[in-house]
Amino acid sequence: MSSHATAATGKEGHGAGVLDFPGARFSFVNELHVVPESTPTPIPCYRVLDELGQLIPGAKYTQVSEELAVAMYRKMAVLQSMDLVFYDAQRQGRFSFYMTTAGEEAINIASGAALSDLDTIFAQYREPGVLLWRGFSMLQFAHQCFATSGDLGKGRQMPVHYGSKEHRFHTISSPLATQIPHAVGAAYHVKMSPEDACVVTYFGEGAASEGDFHGAINFAATLEVPVIFVCRNNGWAISTPAREQYRGDGIAGRGQAYGVRSLRVDGNDTLAMYSAMKAAREMAVTEERPILLEAMTYRTGHHSTSDDSSRYRGAAEIQHWKLQRDPVARFRRWLQGQGWWDDAREEELRKSARAEVIAALDTAEATDKAPLRDLFTDVYDAAPPNLVEQERQVRAHVAKHRADYPDNVPLD
Amino acid sequence: MQRGTAALLRCARFLGELQPRRISSLETARCFSGAAMQAQPSAPEGYDGTAELKRMNLFTAVNDALHIALDTDPNSYIFGEDVSFGGVFRCTTGLAERFGRHRVFNTPLCEQGIIGFGIGLAAMGSRAIAEIQFADYIFPAFDQIVNEAAKCRYRSGNQFDCGGLTIRTPYGAVGHGGHYHSQSPEAFFTHVPGLKVVVPRSPSKAKGLLLASIRDRNPTVFFEPKGLYRMAVEEVPIGDYETELGRAEVLREGSDVTVVGWGAQMLVLERACDAVEKEGVSCELIDLQTLLPWDVDTVAASVSKTGRLVISHEAPITSGFGAEIAAKIAERSFLKLEAPVARVCGLDTPFPLVFEPFYLPTESKVADAIMHTVSF
Ligand SMILES: Cc1ncc(C[n+]2csc(CCOP(=O)(O)OP(=O)(O)O)c2C)c(N)n1
Ligand SMILES: [Mg+2]
Repeated sequence: MSSHATAATGKEGHGAGVLDFPGARFSFVNELHVVPESTPTPIPCYRVLDELGQLIPGAKYTQVSEELAVAMYRKMAVLQSMDLVFYDAQRQGRFSFYMTTAGEEAINIASGAALSDLDTIFAQYREPGVLLWRGFSMLQFAHQCFATSGDLGKGRQMPVHYGSKEHRFHTISSPLATQIPHAVGAAYHVKMSPEDACVVTYFGEGAASEGDFHGAINFAATLEVPVIFVCRNNGWAISTPAREQYRGDGIAGRGQAYGVRSLRVDGNDTLAMYSAMKAAREMAVTEERPILLEAMTYRTGHHSTSDDSSRYRGAAEIQHWKLQRDPVARFRRWLQGQGWWDDAREEELRKSARAEVIAALDTAEATDKAPLRDLFTDVYDAAPPNLVEQERQVRAHVAKHRADYPDNVPLD
Repeated sequence: MQRGTAALLRCARFLGELQPRRISSLETARCFSGAAMQAQPSAPEGYDGTAELKRMNLFTAVNDALHIALDTDPNSYIFGEDVSFGGVFRCTTGLAERFGRHRVFNTPLCEQGIIGFGIGLAAMGSRAIAEIQFADYIFPAFDQIVNEAAKCRYRSGNQFDCGGLTIRTPYGAVGHGGHYHSQSPEAFFTHVPGLKVVVPRSPSKAKGLLLASIRDRNPTVFFEPKGLYRMAVEEVPIGDYETELGRAEVLREGSDVTVVGWGAQMLVLERACDAVEKEGVSCELIDLQTLLPWDVDTVAASVSKTGRLVISHEAPITSGFGAEIAAKIAERSFLKLEAPVARVCGLDTPFPLVFEPFYLPTESKVADAIMHTVSF
């Protein structure tokens, strides 16, 4: 209190002394001090492999075994196959919608691989690789896209809205950024429980403009929870370029303002992504603190099957990222340099991955849609009278007008 | 999904059949030319009800209205997510190129920001035309709309208002939108004094009602039936005209039952009316067009004549806007009613992907309800 009085009366004179503010102390200056809008050097971007998949001399990173490296590469290839085949299937009208992860395979797989299966995930939609890494089967992905009786979400949501309790992956919700505060609340639960785990939330640089991002990171900082915020900065939010999304030092640059540690990583470098995520997890779990990780990448596909990105961005930019900066090809070169991979294995992998995806799609397509009862369940834990009545009405009505309703939804 | 698309194609064909009626209905539209703010309820110079027509679908009609709005008021702006390149539904195509990046611009991805920004812009006297990419994503802005936009005039004793704010947002079922690309959240907004809520059913209505909403001196939420953006095609008057807010339109006159709806649901209701007319039932079909404030007189007058009322909307039945209509008509026309007011609406569940046709108030559900009502 006394120093407040000092500050107020200015007895210390001409800029000497400090402002003792609740929770902070600021020194006084006697000249107006304008903080510039940016630092002279942006936060650097951590990488381990160059574009050709060569280890950068002196690079510090977490060693990965041959077994782990090959497993990551395999999953990246499977993810690519899934995208190619699912995308084509959607284009052929076999299901209604799809979003690819093209260009962001390293973020998906390497970040997933750096986590423990005990860690809980709250994702956006361009992170199916995390679920793939955890063992969600190709058939489960396909059942979700076809809204079948095998879909864990019971046919209720659009394609790519996966979720699996078994894999500690909370179900995707389309409204952007809503999952970010959920992750912080979940991390508070983890903090209060004996488990050595953390919570990870993924989101795009576009979603990071939503109020929910800002609220969530401030909560995480003040409540000191083990949560990792992974921003996939892929340069675009549908047609909106990053330049129209934010100013300042990207998303990582916001961390310090909220009192949160942050990292910027080359999201197309599998080894860098893995190492950064390992380090982030270590800090989050052992120090019970939030970490903000900005992974720099590029969305090489259209936003979704409803989008045509040639309307708003140049082909050269896409080609550059596809040809020069592709994360899968880069990691493969490194693997081959290690002597852990070769062309024969590559061919075998691509063939088997494609066959697995096609078989899963065919099976799901031949499976019944989710049954009509699933329309009415799970609104609440138990159906209230209005829903019991509505189910009765719908069933009576459909029985009378069967031809007016789709025959692919079983009436049980 | 295929079935949903087929239904929309049927709608499109159906609209084609309705064109003559639609055009004649424009005779009641307020039309004018010249600067904004000088909208006259009388016919403008040079408009005699036979203005030149052009075939347009609904997104083109919206786009046409936006061109006219920016052209007639240099103090008007269009902004939202992805509007610069034309918007995800192409409604803002060509506007940035024609009017410049200072009048048509992308915002960061933040709905509360979009509406809050729009309120400030409008409070200074500009005309703010905000786009929320899907009605399902309007909720982050709910506080700004409900507590700020709607109450700005009242709380300041009419010193300030944000009447220049118009919020355009696509709503409704499309056959494959699931929970978050399908909802019809109009009833949340009809519960808010200070707002106007408008829903057009067709391209010509979209153009006239949007121009009226933009120039109205109150904040307006304008729900666009996205299922009709590409499907619905009709002859739309070229040039500037407004369709009066707060007025329902009687689409067909009849004597046995009054059928009320709005937006894309009007197509379903037209088909249901056709179906029951084959059974000898004469329907009076009314498009509410503006839900807040709504045209009680037109509906009550009709019910006084028919003695029966069927209301239909896509949103869940419980606390939907149909409940308000039913209550008001019970109050106004109690002694004239010969059957309980029927509501045919969405179910009390989240909007479901694969069960969409079962969830919706379909043509056969509406037809059954009409038959039940007339034989009560
Ligand atoms: C609240 C909300 N507003 C708008 C949308 C529509 N939308 C879906 S994805 C998207 C762009 C997201 O961009 P970003 O977060 O960068 O993720 P990316 O698609 O690039 O992976 C938009 C605007 C939405 N889903 N939710
Ligand atoms: Mg992005």
